[in-house]
Amino acid sequence: MALQNPTPSEYIQHHLTNLTYGYHPENGWSFAHGATEAAEMGFMAIHVDTMAWSIGLGIVFCWLFRVGAKAAHAGVPTGVLNFVELMVEFVDKSVKETFHGKSNLIAPLALTICCWIFLMNLMDLVPVDLVPYLFMVAGVDYMKIVPTTDVNATLGMSIGVFLLIIFYSIKIKGVGGFVGELTLQPFGKWMIPFNFLLEGVGLIAKPISLALRLFGNLYAGELIFILIALLPFYLQWFLSVPWAIFHILVIVLQAFIFMMLTIVYLSMAHEHH
Amino acid sequence: MNLNLTLIGQLIAFTIFVIFCMKYVWPPISGALAERQKKIAEGLDAADKAARDLENAKSQIEDELKQARTQVTELLEQANKRSSQIVEEAQDKARAEAEKIMASAQAQIAQDAAQAREALRADVAKLAVVGAERVLGATVDQAAHKKLLAELADEL
Repeated sequence: MALQNPTPSEYIQHHLTNLTYGYHPENGWSFAHGATEAAEMGFMAIHVDTMAWSIGLGIVFCWLFRVGAKAAHAGVPTGVLNFVELMVEFVDKSVKETFHGKSNLIAPLALTICCWIFLMNLMDLVPVDLVPYLFMVAGVDYMKIVPTTDVNATLGMSIGVFLLIIFYSIKIKGVGGFVGELTLQPFGKWMIPFNFLLEGVGLIAKPISLALRLFGNLYAGELIFILIALLPFYLQWFLSVPWAIFHILVIVLQAFIFMMLTIVYLSMAHEHH
Repeated sequence: MNLNLTLIGQLIAFTIFVIFCMKYVWPPISGALAERQKKIAEGLDAADKAARDLENAKSQIEDELKQARTQVTELLEQANKRSSQIVEEAQDKARAEAEKIMASAQAQIAQDAAQAREALRADVAKLAVVGAERVLGATVDQAAHKKLLAELADEL
């Protein structure tokens, strides 16, 4: 469904549609042709582009750091090891400043989040038309290359963090302690329903805000790149260059924020009130 | 925005990457970092110790130098003393020797003088006798005038 001379709204719509494979009520298991079909598929569908790009970038991260880990020694570091150690030390420092317990999970988790999200965000700086155009030439209609502009991706990660929050809350405080934390404050035992409502919203807000903050920032950034791409080409560089430079800050910052909040939430889960 | 299976897929991928990182990435790197930290700390300690040792060695050298210097001064003093003593002794000896030589020479001189005087006296007596004989034209009886001649010789 390659578009010939699309209108601006068609163009934007096209750039914001994922390559979706799923179960369509009429067509069965197939690739969706357009956003409406994708919407009709409901939950039983998967964004192939999001999955492929995110897993590919995750493998890049794992490979790079595995190379570093294999080269790791106590002597003078060189090459990849330097960079990898820099990241590890940075993450380790961030974790130690916030989280005071002992955990073998939190630091590697934070490192994975930081690097993986950064790599996924980095795809935002690839010119918006380049990859979709190449794929269109190859016969694939839709291709969104920034996984973090897909709310499924960010929510998937934040749900992972959410499960860890619940797991550690119960592990450290016990089921009773966790339930007590949810129901017995801030107003004591006579206000249990109200307390539960307050604390429940607070708890649920953690993964939701984590996911939507990242998604919103990157989605908005992507959208602005797409809008800039609609301008006459002699004006594009005038806007896209400053926006891209600004976006370098955003992609690093959002990766860092996701990591920091994960550490904070998990250290809160480890603390008794 | 459709929520769909991607969410689950992403959750699974996330879990796998985190576990990979936890098992194969983090431990070797943080282990190497900790080991390097230890090594550097040890190196710094060793450097500190070496600096302290150097300081100690320096002060020891200073002490020994000082000791050696005092020893040298002492030795010099001793040598000076000894040499002046030797010189003094030699001087004393020489003086004594000189006195001795002088004394013996004086004694010799006195003896010679006495001898010479004795000889002269005998000669004078003889001359007196000869003179008197010439004056008197006759031989003087030495025996008769012996007493007179002895008095004369004594007067000389």
